[in-house]
Amino acid sequence: MRVCKVLGPVVASAKHPAFVGKKTLTVQPIDAQGRAAGESFIAMDNVQAGVGDVVLVMNEGSGIRQILEEPASPCRALIVGIVDMVDEAAGASTRAA
Amino acid sequence: MYFGKVLGSVVASQKVKDLDGIKLLLVQPLDHELKPTRDPEVACDTVQAGPGDIVYLVGSREASLALPKTFVPVDAAVVGIIDHM
Repeated sequence: MRVCKVLGPVVASAKHPAFVGKKTLTVQPIDAQGRAAGESFIAMDNVQAGVGDVVLVMNEGSGIRQILEEPASPCRALIVGIVDMVDEAAGASTRAA
Repeated sequence: MYFGKVLGSVVASQKVKDLDGIKLLLVQPLDHELKPTRDPEVACDTVQAGPGDIVYLVGSREASLALPKTFVPVDAAVVGIIDHM
């Protein structure tokens, strides 16, 4: 899962049936300090996240299909939580400086 | 799931049988600022997208789940034509 910031809605009237009635949002992966850390992508919302929220995004199909209870959903990124706080212990970051 | 721009279509008469009848599109993967993120790729179409459309795609196994007949050997599928973002 990734911690991401919600940038805005993605509106598509012509879409695959599995996305009909579902909200999709643009999300930007961020690090513990809130800085952008990776490519922006699209996630389906499952927790009523809004623009500016910091969210938890699951990027694995079978787990998503279990959560959605849709065995054939092609969804591959699902917002599964709204993050209140990320507490990275000082100096614990393993990322290359 | 990622953004993309449809560059054109790909026609292959000689191909894996399961791919028969599936439209193939040439797509440039993008980020939300519509900047290219990696090389263009071929994706199958599930929403009648055309050249110039800004779309979103799903990759890996989930791409095959997006097709009417699942477990067709595809690793990218266009699943939405974006109106605005």
